[in-house]
Amino acid sequence: MAQQTLPQIPIKKGEPAYKLWIFEPEWKGELPLILNPRQLAEQKRAAILPGHRLCAGCAAPIIVKLASFAFRGPTIVVNATGCLEVATTIFPYTSWAVPWIHNAFENAAATASGVESAIKAFKKTGRLPWDHVDVVVFGGDGGTFDIGLQSLSGAAERGHDFLYILYDNEAYMNTGIQRSGGTPKYAWTTTSPVGSVLPGKTQHKKPIADIMVAHRIPYVATATPAHWLDLMKKVRKGIEVNGPAFIHALSSCDRGWRHDTALAIEVSRRAVDTCYFPLWEWTPEKGYMLTDRSLSIARNPKLKQPIERFLEVQGRFKHLLRPENRHLLRDLQEWVDKVWEDLLNRAVNAPR
Amino acid sequence: MSKSMVRLEPIKYHVPLARPKQGVAGKTGFWRTEKPIVDNEKCIRCYLCEIYCPVNVIRVEPETGVTIDYDYCKGCGVCSDVCPVNAIRMVPEE
Repeated sequence: MAQQTLPQIPIKKGEPAYKLWIFEPEWKGELPLILNPRQLAEQKRAAILPGHRLCAGCAAPIIVKLASFAFRGPTIVVNATGCLEVATTIFPYTSWAVPWIHNAFENAAATASGVESAIKAFKKTGRLPWDHVDVVVFGGDGGTFDIGLQSLSGAAERGHDFLYILYDNEAYMNTGIQRSGGTPKYAWTTTSPVGSVLPGKTQHKKPIADIMVAHRIPYVATATPAHWLDLMKKVRKGIEVNGPAFIHALSSCDRGWRHDTALAIEVSRRAVDTCYFPLWEWTPEKGYMLTDRSLSIARNPKLKQPIERFLEVQGRFKHLLRPENRHLLRDLQEWVDKVWEDLLNRAVNAPR
Repeated sequence: MSKSMVRLEPIKYHVPLARPKQGVAGKTGFWRTEKPIVDNEKCIRCYLCEIYCPVNVIRVEPETGVTIDYDYCKGCGVCSDVCPVNAIRMVPEE
């Protein structure tokens, strides 16, 4: 298929790099997936405009930006309620350069199903002026792990063609750091406080990506903004498959995780280096495949770092590094090792 | 005071749609406590700061180097953290 570039590009000297994504009717082809940083900077525009109200150092807009670099043409974004939704769209303005629809906390995937069905109906009756219109959902961890799981599961079962990107900041950060199903064990939140009685949250994180694997949908992956090439490739694969796709992206939150604003990327990188958050993708044909840094760690186990490297930069795990809490740290390390070993046994490209 | 309580002319109604705009929250540069200063002599044009900038305000040109739109830069410091040659340093805002 002949590849075309986005209208109004390349970016001229001196003009701002941010513009609306306007696809004239009868626009054909698909945007190329560019992996060279120089060409990427020259030819791609992000779908999110500057001046939004997300906190300084938030990783969610980095995920949105990298995902939008991998969009293949006209795209509709569906956004579950969460930090990203309330901070980017303050009526009567929106920070999104692409068509965007708001919906409630629990029905992001249901809204995406409706949008996708409408596109299909338009196509059937010959009223869609484009070859394809993609539907991408951005949901937070509260709207995916807890509140929106039923609609996501239903949409995956019905097989609607959309990509669900979960940006997981591991608590309800929008309303003030309450625990969610995505909060890891022993993490401090305002509803699982650390004190003489409790060592933070007492339950483990829900394995959401494995839940989506169990639905046998065409594509499931995990990603972090620190591994940007990996994230872009996975988003493109998720858009290209015919059917539901799910990407679990770790998104650091400096207010909730209690780390310095500048460390947003470093924390995500350490999460992968310590195998707390392994990078993998799953397709029904191939099964689990490790990617990027996690594949390097599987091939050379010396690269795997102890979990303290991930915990030491975050204030929410500060109590775990005290000498009297050493048994909690050992417990967390054992759990991480167990999940990693389990993944190594299932991954087809891990060395035996 | 109108004679009739019934409105005869139709009410003008349109769907409330949000419009895309830069700076939804105003000039977010006012939030900044530390300002990123770029040394373009040191810059090796790796484009990592542009790729990772959360607010999407950094532009890297092959000839002129890095330019930052200080109107919207929130001063988070991600660019100085990811820079492999430490060409970006954070100085306290006056």
